[in-house]
Amino acid sequence: MADLTTDFLGIRSPNPFWLASAPPTDKEYNVRRAFEAGWGGVVWKTLGEAGPPVVNVNGPRYGVIHGADRRVLGINNIELITDRPLETNLEEIARVKADYPDRAIVVSLMVPCEEEAWKAILPRVAETGADGIELNFGCPHGMSERGMGAAVGQVPEYIEMVTRWCKQYYDKPVIVKLTPNITDIRHPARAAHAGGADAVSLINTVSSITSVNLDTFSPEPSIDGKGSHGGYCGPAVKPIALNMVAEIARDPRTAGLPISGIGGVTTWRDAAEFMALGCGNVQICTAAMTYGFRIVQEMIDGLSRWMDSKGFEKTTDFIGRAVSNVTDWQYLNLNYIAKARIDQEACIKCGRCYAACEDTSHQAISMSADRVFEVKDDECVACNLCIDVCPVENCITMERLAPGTVDPRTGTVVESDYANWTTHPNNPAATAAE
Amino acid sequence: MNVDGGTDRADGIAASRLSAADLARNFTDLHPPYAPHEAAVAADRCYFCHDAPCVTACPTEIDIPMFIRQIQTGNPLGAAQTIFDQNILGGMCARVCPTETLCEQSCVRETAEQRPVEIGRLQRFATDAAMKTGTHPYRRAAATGKTVAIVGAGPAGLACAHRLAMLGHDVVIHEAREKAGGLNEYGIAAYKAPHDFAQAEVDWLLSIGGIAIETDSVLGRTITLEGLQQAYDAVFLGMGLGGVNGLPVDGSDLPGVEDAVDFIAALRQAKDLSALAVGRNVVVIGGGMTAIDAAVQSKLLGAETVTLAYRRSRADMGASPFEQDLAASKGVHLMFNVQPLAIRGNGRAQEIVLARTETRDGRLAATGETVTLAADQVFRAIGQTLAGLPDGLKVEAGKIAVTGPGRTGIAGIWAGGDCTAGGEDLTVTSVAQGRDAAMDIHATLTGR
Repeated sequence: MADLTTDFLGIRSPNPFWLASAPPTDKEYNVRRAFEAGWGGVVWKTLGEAGPPVVNVNGPRYGVIHGADRRVLGINNIELITDRPLETNLEEIARVKADYPDRAIVVSLMVPCEEEAWKAILPRVAETGADGIELNFGCPHGMSERGMGAAVGQVPEYIEMVTRWCKQYYDKPVIVKLTPNITDIRHPARAAHAGGADAVSLINTVSSITSVNLDTFSPEPSIDGKGSHGGYCGPAVKPIALNMVAEIARDPRTAGLPISGIGGVTTWRDAAEFMALGCGNVQICTAAMTYGFRIVQEMIDGLSRWMDSKGFEKTTDFIGRAVSNVTDWQYLNLNYIAKARIDQEACIKCGRCYAACEDTSHQAISMSADRVFEVKDDECVACNLCIDVCPVENCITMERLAPGTVDPRTGTVVESDYANWTTHPNNPAATAAE
Repeated sequence: MNVDGGTDRADGIAASRLSAADLARNFTDLHPPYAPHEAAVAADRCYFCHDAPCVTACPTEIDIPMFIRQIQTGNPLGAAQTIFDQNILGGMCARVCPTETLCEQSCVRETAEQRPVEIGRLQRFATDAAMKTGTHPYRRAAATGKTVAIVGAGPAGLACAHRLAMLGHDVVIHEAREKAGGLNEYGIAAYKAPHDFAQAEVDWLLSIGGIAIETDSVLGRTITLEGLQQAYDAVFLGMGLGGVNGLPVDGSDLPGVEDAVDFIAALRQAKDLSALAVGRNVVVIGGGMTAIDAAVQSKLLGAETVTLAYRRSRADMGASPFEQDLAASKGVHLMFNVQPLAIRGNGRAQEIVLARTETRDGRLAATGETVTLAADQVFRAIGQTLAGLPDGLKVEAGKIAVTGPGRTGIAGIWAGGDCTAGGEDLTVTSVAQGRDAAMDIHATLTGR
């Protein structure tokens, strides 16, 4: 049986599944339930400065995007950081950590961009015995209007500055949580790295309006007829998160910087994908908020069995294994030539591939009077759209043309050598292959 | 011999009423296995309910939402383990459980759409995948040196044996019949577990090791309870119900009047269904699952008319609405409020006289009206009884009285399954009782 134990920045946890800083980790009650359910760690919901806590809206704070059958695809929220007193949270953190020494507890923090503010809160967090801190530079709503959260995460200089203060006044690992609401995720990651961060975690939520009520003309979630943008999360944001994780993982300037992956992790597969792209662990929120804490058991069992099936004994055996396969477009092999193949036995004759190809792509599928759909090799560019829209798994597949055969579309012989855009004759900037 | 689609209408009881092809078609899987895509679509409908009603409704309390989620995420072997952890006969239960009155009845989709998640077929998808690997998912704990005797290799005995073997005890099962499996092997309709699934499942279960089966070993004849008590550290009784209720009417000794359980067993053991004789006109007396199974299978073997005669109303019938509909769809005529008065015939059953009944002041009474049906073959399916009960055991409603996890009141003797009072006589209930008794035996033997 595979060993799921992870050591992230020296913080050990029995599995790589941590609950992200969010409503599920706002209280001792929830966190104890989470640990009993089997979660490997939690990032405690963001603490603010001592004094009167923030107040939340008293109307809806979540909006949702449903798929068919009301499946939750994405949730957005306008909840702020913890609205409970700092002292209460600190006492609870200390108690829970003492009772669960084998689980990870990292404390998320968000205080104003002033050295004194950070200097004040860090020792108090240290006293709880928590394993580390996560700097919330990500929340895009509410707190950002007050110069915190994403407002910091969008300014690399602030990230570096605050990170440096934290490393100065706090002994344990410092994780910097990044906002995706920027143009190039590598810049904030580099800033965190420069400030001495032990790791980055990403993504925080994406600025969003989930929908507009067409009767009241209010955005949702609506508070007394008005709405404010919230932070979007859940399965819908996973592709965005995977890309941002990969960008940091393969950036030479942040090479080796540990990453905690966040963004739509719902099943063991999602977790394995984030980890293959370089994440030392994953953080989860929406899936738990949708289905409850028990889902971690599916993740633990699924990941463990997959590792067994691949011969991976520990998580480090596969963490980062996909990173080297992420490359720039210009390095993709242009001599890799494929054609779609339709399995006529499996085809149910819905015609979706035909509609997609004929109307929107390359007119590379023919349709007979008796609804037989066939690929025209002389038109097919292997775009994959037919596969994407086909309702039958593996009915349409891509088959690589063997080197030496003629591509009927171009009339040229398929080359066996790898060749990319940088050397292509059509590229004005091409350097001649020698 | 018949051509495809034709029926031999010879009077009396005859074999080969249908062609081999028709018989093969008739006795194929009642609920065919899911293809992977079908399973994915079906699994996707599960809401992963909290404290799910389906789990509560399952006598073995399988974590149904979890195993379905595991199917969703492409982990059918994990799903199977979730099932087997609670129910080692999850493969058979997936096929024979009356899910329409258990998990699927309580599914919230049933409430919402009158169309539950098809839990039974999903369970089959997962367990089939696991059994196809050819490996056994459990290993035995270190040997405890304790031995346990089990009487009966039916669902209760097998579930008890597997759990005990897993916990490190050595088990010997004493089985009266030639093969292990109990009603899974001898008592379930053939179309519910085709392809010799019952034996395949027994073999797979036994592959954990530590379980020996002694067949043709009959309590009260070749072995005694005292003998078992002396030779083993504990005894579990799971011998089921070996006797059947008689039909005290004139003519019930005529040839052609048979016990439904014998017919069902013969059908299950038949190598060639076309060699199996069935009446032209069949009447089944009873209202439970055995009656339905006998009636449906008579029809599938080619009987021209099959009538199921039940003495009370449809609402009182033991067989579920699903089973009633199944019988009707196969062409079985369901008659309610009729009870047998006499069976007549010249040297063999030829007709049956039924008395109409009604319920008066809460009691069943004959109305005085009768109806006569042609009947070459009459099956008794009016209940089974505990046979060969050893002395000293407390009896309740004709069955062994137990408390808690199968305790008989005699130290060292546990019991479970159909031979015990309480709980429905279902495979899944027997599995739960066998498993729970095993845990209690383990606790007792190891002093925990």
